[in-house]
Amino acid sequence: MGAGHAHRLYRHGHSPVHGLPPHTKLAAVFAFVVVVVSTPREAMWAFGLYAVLLAFVARHARVPAGFLLKRLLIEVPFVAFAVLMPFVAEGEQVDVLGLSLSVNGLWGAWNVLAKGTLGVAASVLLASTTELRELLLGLQRLRLPPLLVQIASFMIRYGDVIADEMRRMRIARESRGFEARGVRHWGVLAKSAGALFIRSYERGERVHLAMISRGYAGSMPVIDEVTASRAQWSYALTLPFVALLVCVLGWSL
Amino acid sequence: MHVPDGFINAPTSAVTGVVAAGAIAVSLRGARRELDDRTAPLAGLVAAFIFAVQMLNFPVAAGTSGHLLGGALAAILVGPCTGVLCVSVVLLMQGILFADGGLTALGVNITDMAIVTTVVAYAVFRGLVKVLPRGRRSITVASFVAAVLSVPAAAVAFTLIYWIGGTTDVSIGKVATAMIGVHVLIGIGEAVITALTVGAVVAVRPDLVHGARDLRQKLRLRVHGELVDAPAAEETPAGARTPVAARASRRTLWVTGLVTSLVLAGFVSFYASANPDGLEKVAADKGIDKKAEEHASADSPLADYGVKDVTNARLSGGLAGVIGVGTTVVAGSAVFWAVRRRRTGDDVSPTAVENV
Repeated sequence: MGAGHAHRLYRHGHSPVHGLPPHTKLAAVFAFVVVVVSTPREAMWAFGLYAVLLAFVARHARVPAGFLLKRLLIEVPFVAFAVLMPFVAEGEQVDVLGLSLSVNGLWGAWNVLAKGTLGVAASVLLASTTELRELLLGLQRLRLPPLLVQIASFMIRYGDVIADEMRRMRIARESRGFEARGVRHWGVLAKSAGALFIRSYERGERVHLAMISRGYAGSMPVIDEVTASRAQWSYALTLPFVALLVCVLGWSL
Repeated sequence: MHVPDGFINAPTSAVTGVVAAGAIAVSLRGARRELDDRTAPLAGLVAAFIFAVQMLNFPVAAGTSGHLLGGALAAILVGPCTGVLCVSVVLLMQGILFADGGLTALGVNITDMAIVTTVVAYAVFRGLVKVLPRGRRSITVASFVAAVLSVPAAAVAFTLIYWIGGTTDVSIGKVATAMIGVHVLIGIGEAVITALTVGAVVAVRPDLVHGARDLRQKLRLRVHGELVDAPAAEETPAGARTPVAARASRRTLWVTGLVTSLVLAGFVSFYASANPDGLEKVAADKGIDKKAEEHASADSPLADYGVKDVTNARLSGGLAGVIGVGTTVVAGSAVFWAVRRRRTGDDVSPTAVENV
């Protein structure tokens, strides 16, 4: 617990973007991604404009470009998939550098790459400017069922505990000379997973009893209710609105 | 297998979103029935477990390794409803926090990885447990088969979603072969790990395995040298604790909900079946110049949707069906929820204080 209570992706700061109520940010990011996904892929310039918009937000939130780019690495598997696409797609072929590529496949690859990257960048910006607790409050404000929010908050709170328990098991295995090298060692790993499940479940029962003894009756008290003023909403929704303008232009041009 | 933004077109993403929301609403109710007010901490901790166990690497050979997907494991260990919830919450958090899987593709991801795997795995598992002889070994065998089928089932579901709303022109045959081929292999790995893990849990705490709960032996006491059944345990399942009157009213609520959704389904399907006539005409018009127009509008959300499914009446019917079922489930459970909340308002059950 000494590592602080913020998640690893959060970047502490006091920028105007950090200060926005979480549900406005969530709504803005979701609307932005929806707009991006419904933009026609032929309007290449529109995606450039979206990227500029996101860069503007990042600058406003004082999130350095290097930080953002490093987080974008999560989509590498899909980049590999997109690179493969021009080779397997059908339709008319075009020769590029001696390779016969499918035009549709190229468009498809561009489509997935551009939209996927923008989506990831938007979520990364959200995660790096919003604290976990705030994020959960925001989800609750956006009318996600309270039970689901509770489950999510327990998962987030105990995620590190469980992962730590798994790490301790690994250390215990390794200190007894175990090294997983192949399929033959799956039995041992699976026993660890089983033990991890039992420990998690029993911890859940203990947590429940602790909650009951503190007066839990099905709902968590919200002591830090978040509200957003009209100005904050309009400030947060500027991003999707500008994006919507770009999208409409993309369709009409 | 996390689908990013822009991979599936907007209308299909929206429909799968509705399906996912409906399924989550149903499983929220189901989980509360399975776990009572222990739902939040237990489902939360199991979700954390799934999240952690996905990071546990199983070495295959020559430096490659795989990891568990967890849908089948969750279904067998904690039951289908809680399982759907746990995997969905993991996916939701992965989407929002770690940008793993697009936000607009959340519906696709949940439908595919949380709902299909869990439901298929649990159905197969229960079926096999009923058929096979009682015992620990058959639990292991059943969980192997359930997991081996659940992963390719998710691949098939993904291929279907892709067929309806994919944004690229890779032929459906190629996608199906690649997806299902790869996932049969992944499924074998998943199955071995799942079976071993379930076996490990059954050996230590068989009472924790939801799928094996009817294997529990009744407690018997040896009194004066002969075995007698112990009096009923004080630990009663959640359903039995509620008074008879409450149970009866819940049954009428179920019936009301069912009738409501049936009526809704009737209306929706009426409108759905009225539509194709108009749409078929558009299809005939569009079908002629499809070749010329395809390129410009291939990616537009509505055009793609219109052209693609309307040339295939069965598909458009199916899509309408999915929309219908999704809306029905959502509307039905909303009505259900509202009525239930009002009913429970006057007794002091834990759920009644939920929104105070």
